[in-house]
Amino acid sequence: MSLESIILYAFVGLTLLSALYIVFTRNVLYSAFALIFTFLGVAGIFMMLGASFVAISQILVYVGGILVLIVFGVMLTNRLRGQKVLSPAYNKFLGFIVSGGLLLLFFKAILQANFSALGWIEKAQPEPAALPEFGMKLMTDYVLAFEVIGVLLLLALIGAVKVAAKPGKEESDAA
Amino acid sequence: MPLEYLVMLSAVLFCSGLFVALTRKNAIAVLIGIELMLNAANINLVAFGHFDPDLLQGQIFALFVITVAAAEAAVGLAIVVKVYQYFQTANLDEISELKG
Repeated sequence: MSLESIILYAFVGLTLLSALYIVFTRNVLYSAFALIFTFLGVAGIFMMLGASFVAISQILVYVGGILVLIVFGVMLTNRLRGQKVLSPAYNKFLGFIVSGGLLLLFFKAILQANFSALGWIEKAQPEPAALPEFGMKLMTDYVLAFEVIGVLLLLALIGAVKVAAKPGKEESDAA
Repeated sequence: MPLEYLVMLSAVLFCSGLFVALTRKNAIAVLIGIELMLNAANINLVAFGHFDPDLLQGQIFALFVITVAAAEAAVGLAIVVKVYQYFQTANLDEISELKG
C-alpha cells in the first residue's frame, strides 16, 4: 500500500467519523465543529484526487465562510445562558427507516454497477489536472455558467442582507 | 483507491445528512444536514471526474455546487434569524401558524 493511498484512507476515515458524530450528537455547536472536520476531510480527498482548485475553494468557502455563518446563526437564534445548545430530535424512527433504506439501496446499486468494468473508467489513466488548464476551461468553455453563477451569488448575498436587515431602517436611510 | 469506496463514502455522507435534516428540530441543525448532502454530491462529481478522459467537467461542476451552497447557506441563515426574531424560537415544529 503506497503512502498516497494511506493518506487518502485517513481522509476518508476523518470524513466518515465526523459525519457519524454529527448524526449522533444533539449539541448544535458540537455538530458545527464536527462539520469542520468533515469539510477538511472532503477537501483532503479532493486534493488526493487531483482537484486542487476545488479543494482550496472548499476550504475557503466552507470552512472559512459557511461555518462562521452557521456558528453566528447558532449564537443569534438561541438564548445562551450557560446551558448547552441542544436540538431535540423527532421523527427518529421514520428518519432512520428512510435514510437507512436509501443507504441500503445505494449500496446494492453500487455493488451491482461494478464501475471499474466500465469502458471509459478502465481505459482512463488518472492524472492530476493542470491548474492552468482548469482556468482556461473555466474562462472559455464554461464562461457563461461562470458569469451566471457570479450573478446568482451576488443576488443571493444582496437578498440575504435585505432579508436579515432590521425593518423600518430602510425608509430613514432613503430619506 | 477503487472508485466504489469513494461512491460508498458519498452514499454514507448523503444518508447521514438526510437523517440529520429529517430528525432535528433546530433549523440550523437541519442546515448542517443539507451541507453534508451537498458535500456528498461533490465527492461523487470529483471522483468520477478523476477518471474522465475529457478532464475537468466534474471539477467545474463541483465548483458551481460549492458556490450555490454558499448562496443557500447565506439566504437560509438570514431567513432563520428573521424567523427567530418573529417567533422567538428556531424549532421547526413550533413554527406552525399555517397548520390548519
